[in-house]
Amino acid sequence: MTPTATVPAGKHAEVWAALEALTDPEIPVVTLRELGILRDVRDGPGGGIEVVITPTYSGCPAMGQIEDDVHSTLAELGIEARVVTQLAPSWTTDWMSEAAKDKLRAYGIAPPQCGSHGSGGEISVMRFSARAAAPDIVPCPQCGSKNTTETSHFGSTACKALYRCLDCLEPFDYFKPY
Amino acid sequence: MGAQATTATAAAPLDYLLHLADNALILGQRNAEWCGHGPILEEDLALANNSLDLIGQARLLYQYAAQIKGNGATEDTLAYFRDVPDFRNYTLLELPHRAPLAATVAGDRDYATTIVRNFLYSALMALLWERLQGSPDAHLAAIAAKSLKEVRYHLRHSRDWLVRFGDGTDESHARAQSALDHLMPYTQEFWTASAHETAACQAGAGVDAGELRTDWNTLVDSALAEATLKRPSDKGYVTQGKHGVHSEHLGFVLAEMQSLARAHPQATW
Repeated sequence: MTPTATVPAGKHAEVWAALEALTDPEIPVVTLRELGILRDVRDGPGGGIEVVITPTYSGCPAMGQIEDDVHSTLAELGIEARVVTQLAPSWTTDWMSEAAKDKLRAYGIAPPQCGSHGSGGEISVMRFSARAAAPDIVPCPQCGSKNTTETSHFGSTACKALYRCLDCLEPFDYFKPY
Repeated sequence: MGAQATTATAAAPLDYLLHLADNALILGQRNAEWCGHGPILEEDLALANNSLDLIGQARLLYQYAAQIKGNGATEDTLAYFRDVPDFRNYTLLELPHRAPLAATVAGDRDYATTIVRNFLYSALMALLWERLQGSPDAHLAAIAAKSLKEVRYHLRHSRDWLVRFGDGTDESHARAQSALDHLMPYTQEFWTASAHETAACQAGAGVDAGELRTDWNTLVDSALAEATLKRPSDKGYVTQGKHGVHSEHLGFVLAEMQSLARAHPQATW
């Protein structure tokens, strides 16, 4: 599934162009579109424009900021728009573009190592929760070494885990498959 | 979803949504108590994340419930301005983080109780959210799809610690067994449908948790075996939290959680 809509002509194009610059409030090197958070720009039912965003984790506290950023960016251009939050299809790290992953890595955050379904293909609760399953092998974004270890499966934000590199000894965030 | 006739757009009844939302909110509130007090830094982070996920799920459910309720209801009025008898969460989730007869000082929080409770609840919700993904109520199905991914991380976290505690030192094993003995009877409440769960199933939108019991037992038994813990009896008084009849603990949880909103009911920021 392509993560982003093709940019249409006309006023929608103007809105897309304006929103293109909006980055994730926590990760200023990737845009909302690249992350798959910004889903669509369309005509609203009562006239006017609707911008569709989708939340990442249920409790992500950045979504409020993202909605504000969309409003203020468009207000500056005199465009009135409604921000609509769409829950389905459910946001997944599978929508992250390769370009976005490269940017994350350059920024010091290791991008998701596998698809949201894990290496097994099928989502399996039993297998997913098995103690024997090792955490993902994540290359260090600083030095590239695969000799890394998970410090905590939960990190600075809902979407990240904390790892450290056993070669260069630097800690780093890992963007978890979701 | 049962053999009852369903309509393509069967909407989940309000009370069923509140049951799901209240579960998430009350456990989220309880787990947040560890914030700043975790036994180690990584667990402080883990429970803060767990709590954030749960409160996020609660918000999504309350927003949907408020939409259905109408009449000026919002996620805030539902979370902050209902009283104990209106809450529909399982009693298991409102219990403090300690063994039943421990002293009341906050320093007596017991992490084994936290982990065992999280495991028993996450094991249920992993199965329930997976089934609810197929609900003809599209909004509820969408919330289920997100919540499922998050609860799988919660399940993995609590199961890992359950095994580490059980198959750990004599002390960790004793505390884990004690927590399990204390909490297992509270899980009886999962299995007999309340009126609102029955209504939700009849509408086609809900899932009868009783149908999940076998799979839940499989999950629990395998974890306990690995943790070298004995499965205790779950017999005894069946708690009635989802019917609005709560333990003595919920009042204190709500007092703390709701006091600020109730002191300044018109406040916004």
